Amino acid sequence: MRRSAFRRSRGDGPFRFASTGAGIVLLAIMAAIGVFLVVKAVPALQANTSHFLTELTWQPNATEPVFGIGALAFGTVLSSLLALVIATPVAVGVALFISHYAPRRLASALGYVVDLLAAVPSVVYGLWGVTFLVPFMLGPSKFLNDYLGWIPLFGGDTVVGRSMLTASLVLAIMILPIIAAISREVFLQAPKMQEEAALALGATRWEMIRMSVLPFGRPGVISAAMLGLGRAMGETIAVALIFPATFNISFKILGPYGNSIAANIANGFGEATEVGRGALIASGLILFLITLLVNMAARFVIARRKEYARAAA
Amino acid sequence: MTVQTGIQPISSARRAKDRLVQVLVYLAFALAVIPLLSVLWLVVKNGIGRLDMEFLTHSMRNIGARDAGGGAYHAIIGTLEQVLLASLIAVPIGLLTAVYLVEYGEGGRLSRTISFFVDVMTGVPSVVSGLFVLAFWILVLGMPFSGFAGALALSILMMPVVVRSAEEMLRLVPRELREASYALGVPKWRTIVKVVLPTAFTGIVTGVMLAVARVAGETAPLLLTVFVTDSINNDPFNGPQMGLPLYVFDQAGRPTDTAVDRAWTGALTLILIVMLLNLVARLITWWRSPARRR
Repeated sequence: MRRSAFRRSRGDGPFRFASTGAGIVLLAIMAAIGVFLVVKAVPALQANTSHFLTELTWQPNATEPVFGIGALAFGTVLSSLLALVIATPVAVGVALFISHYAPRRLASALGYVVDLLAAVPSVVYGLWGVTFLVPFMLGPSKFLNDYLGWIPLFGGDTVVGRSMLTASLVLAIMILPIIAAISREVFLQAPKMQEEAALALGATRWEMIRMSVLPFGRPGVISAAMLGLGRAMGETIAVALIFPATFNISFKILGPYGNSIAANIANGFGEATEVGRGALIASGLILFLITLLVNMAARFVIARRKEYARAAA
Repeated sequence: MTVQTGIQPISSARRAKDRLVQVLVYLAFALAVIPLLSVLWLVVKNGIGRLDMEFLTHSMRNIGARDAGGGAYHAIIGTLEQVLLASLIAVPIGLLTAVYLVEYGEGGRLSRTISFFVDVMTGVPSVVSGLFVLAFWILVLGMPFSGFAGALALSILMMPVVVRSAEEMLRLVPRELREASYALGVPKWRTIVKVVLPTAFTGIVTGVMLAVARVAGETAPLLLTVFVTDSINNDPFNGPQMGLPLYVFDQAGRPTDTAVDRAWTGALTLILIVMLLNLVARLITWWRSPARRR
């Protein structure tokens, strides 16, 4: 619909130009991120004496640079997936609590309390993780190893506090607020008529939720979980302080193993040579591409259902 | 013959299941709040001891590896300057983009593309924005590590947040206001500047403050762009400049107890700044929200 002014004003052209330009600047920045990461990654990749995608070791500062993303990408994916498995059920519970269980007067205040989790800076979680959670997790980890050691994930001979599990737990805490916030908005938009119809037919509260709220909210929860996954993958400082920074592939999440692309960038930047910086930029490019894909997929799921569009903003 | 009453009581199995889920849901909320309380408690307990005038007014210059004392003045100054510069870059671009999306886009292809990529941009990892500024500004253009480079990285993280919140606020402005203005012969751009933006002003301010709160705690982009220094540097355009989150990271990585104490106090200062911004922003929305949501 055209809503143009009756009489063209001299200011209109420039103002329209400036606001359109600002939007285009945003697109240009996204493109530039990809372009300049590639530009600075290529020389380092050419100096690499091994295959970047499959090599496990990371020695880009050596005279004969050997580095690859293998172990780092594995650690990134494993820790993020673990975080997702831990965070999603709790987040859905929190969302249901605020949308359907908490007293109406308290609901928004309690929602704000959960949002505060997202306001705590990453480095503070890292500090908390290293000084409190790492020693604290030793007990539960030993317990898991003793009694559930037959599950490969919990197996292994050495059990430490600075493990994949502890890092994933911190990640789970950090992504919980975003998953809970989006799920909450979606649950609140579930059709009131259906809920009341279910209750009128004699359903209990849980049956009403299972029949009308959860089916309606499922796509929203899925995309919220994917946004959380993207967050977890890019999370840097907290896990950089916790991971023992090893370069191997191990599913033993209680053992002294673990690293991620982002953590490696934070830990390795200080002593990186020129090739080293290029190598870190190359790993960052991979991280950028992975998170881009995860985020775009999540946004497509949301965009398919118009009613979610506001909730995910 | 038994008389069938109208309403049967709910069977005990269904009742038990309903109770069980209720307990689980309450438990989930408790589980989410425990880490928050634990973090806040430990930060206050460990941080309050060093929160003194020396911490707020001194840098780390000439403080030996094992020395107590020293402070975060250089980091606080750095963070304030970097966040201010980042806002000066991100707010105009973000606000104008929101104006484009609401007032000029008219659902065309460009506006849908921009809208989609604004969403995607919120998911750009903070470390990647730091790497981008490192690659583009420092390595390709040959600029020095500086507070301004850090501000550039932070502004990339701020922009999508500003766009989204400003867009939502602009959409809340009633169409009748715009039409009344057009009917009086006011051109479109004057309508936007004099009618639409002032109406949405408090909401936009809230959004900007939330965006500032988000980036003020970011460490990873600073690590790659401002470098670490122990000295005061008031000039954000020249030479390494500290930031408060980076200060916490740096001190937490040092092996002595006195350094870890400083890290906790830095964390406490940082949380106080971020929480304060959040709280003020939420209070403004709560008081001024045009349609109070549940």
